[in-house]
Amino acid sequence: MTNTSTRNKVLWTIVTILVLLYALFPVASILATSFKSPSDLTSGKFLPSSGTATTGNYEQILVGDAQGLFLSALRNSIGISLIATFIAVVLATLCAYAIARLDFPGKKLILTTALAVSIFPVISIVTPLFNLWRTIGLYDTWLGLIIPYLSLTLPISIWTLAAFFRQIPWELEQAAQVDGATTWQAFRKAIVPLALPGVFTTAIIAFFIAWNDFVYGISLTSTEAARPVPAALAFFTGASQFESPTGAISAAAIIVTIPVVLLVLLFQRQIVSGLTSGAVKG
Amino acid sequence: MTSAIPAKTTTASPGEPGPSLEAGSRNGNRAKTGRVPRQYSDRTRAERRLGWILAGPAFIIMLLVTLYPILQAIYESLFRFRLTAPDERAFIGLENYIVILTDPVWWSGLWTTVLITVITVAVELVLGFALALVMHKALKSVRGALRTAILVPYGIITVVSAFAWFYAFDINSGYVNSWFAWLPGIDENLNWFAQGPTALFVIMASEIWKTTPFISLLLLAGLAQVPDELSEAAKVDGATWWEQMRKVIIPNMKAAIMVAVLFRALDAFRIFDNVFIMTNGAYGTEVLSLLAYRQSISRLEIGLGSAVSVLLFLCVLLICFVAIKLFKVDLAGSQGGK
Repeated sequence: MTNTSTRNKVLWTIVTILVLLYALFPVASILATSFKSPSDLTSGKFLPSSGTATTGNYEQILVGDAQGLFLSALRNSIGISLIATFIAVVLATLCAYAIARLDFPGKKLILTTALAVSIFPVISIVTPLFNLWRTIGLYDTWLGLIIPYLSLTLPISIWTLAAFFRQIPWELEQAAQVDGATTWQAFRKAIVPLALPGVFTTAIIAFFIAWNDFVYGISLTSTEAARPVPAALAFFTGASQFESPTGAISAAAIIVTIPVVLLVLLFQRQIVSGLTSGAVKG
Repeated sequence: MTSAIPAKTTTASPGEPGPSLEAGSRNGNRAKTGRVPRQYSDRTRAERRLGWILAGPAFIIMLLVTLYPILQAIYESLFRFRLTAPDERAFIGLENYIVILTDPVWWSGLWTTVLITVITVAVELVLGFALALVMHKALKSVRGALRTAILVPYGIITVVSAFAWFYAFDINSGYVNSWFAWLPGIDENLNWFAQGPTALFVIMASEIWKTTPFISLLLLAGLAQVPDELSEAAKVDGATWWEQMRKVIIPNMKAAIMVAVLFRALDAFRIFDNVFIMTNGAYGTEVLSLLAYRQSISRLEIGLGSAVSVLLFLCVLLICFVAIKLFKVDLAGSQGGK
């Protein structure tokens, strides 16, 4: 018996290491690249050559030449993604509450629409928006990205939240009322604590999606006024024309990966349950 | 559910009251009001209005950000229209479509897109299933670590993934060539991004790495729904691991597999970021999304670009239609049911 359990443990250790390797190797790869000095980039090695590791790439994008480009993109990404997430989650919360709780015709229509929107090819939306935004002055503005981001974040938020809300025992609210609580008290004390984790999880998933956007970012912006990080990375150039931007891009890539890793580390359980219970598209 | 229907139909406007997605949750109200039909119908009407007040804004915004643009694209695809020469705008009917469909660029783009879709989804299904099994069976002590690790590629920006893979394989900054020089065909002079097949290999690797976690989480949800007793029983009856998989587990999660495959296929069909970063469509790696982007955003050919967009949209509709009709994938049911 002890024999099989030891073998089991060894087996699981190996499997875990393999999965960790799979999941983290590309991240480690670009992390290693981000610490390479310009002359070391072509070494053909995974790690920076010993003694040459440098934080120069980070300095370049945070306080150096590329600072304006990167920091404004970072500000745009954070601002636009947070606002788009917030709007989507608020609207989706109302919508999902109605779907889970109320009886009204058209429920299925709304869910089907959300599904259809989530599988819509983004590029098909971009061409008409590009033209329209130029005409009405939304091109290269925050609002011009926030609106199309809703097409990415709203559908999944509605599905995830509807799934969450269906699992809430709404009878608790009535029970609280029977016990003498007012309608508002009953809602606040009995329902909100149950619903909040779902809302929060949905917000994380929606944020990931907005944070990840590239197509809208490169198509609907042209300057630092609204260009988010993924789009900015694609147009990064080296400090001089003879210098490749590899190091700077790697450093920037690591910086925008930090929030993702933090959210995943802190809320792994919630994200998994959110994605498996109601997720349609990630 | 059934008991409420007669009372409802007295005031029902046409249009079926939503199917019983939430049948269990509202029985409290129903039992109380069922006895007083008059009050019920008022209440029903108020409830309907409240339902649309709450759900309406989200619904309208979804329509505004997708339905409106696609209608606009359909309209504009019928014109010869270049932003740099707005005065020459002219109605040309379906000519844009004829231009595109007779151009080999469209067909090679379609072929590349289909190739990427089929290969990545097939690999992801196998890999994702293995990961789902690992997460499902994992000992409690490593479960958290496994899930956390798996979520990193899920959450990472696709462009970052593209750069990570690109720099690893790149002939200048990469290390793959020196690591795998012992393999036939790989040496330090191999430029992965200078010919189609090798470039597509890296593009697909990045795509697979980034999106497998999503498919594996969907499959994990499917695995969790297979009753443990079933595989236990099969085990008692002497079924091997492989037989349990094939005869018990997989048939029982067919719906989850179908949904996962369809969603990933539709997603893979829109592939853009990885190709844009790594090759920008060179050497036969141009995909349809990139073609549409190049026409409308780079060349400002709004008419042609809109036509490509519409065709791409039709392709997605076709995939959906085939999946739903041929393979009977029940999207709404399998996700919403429960």
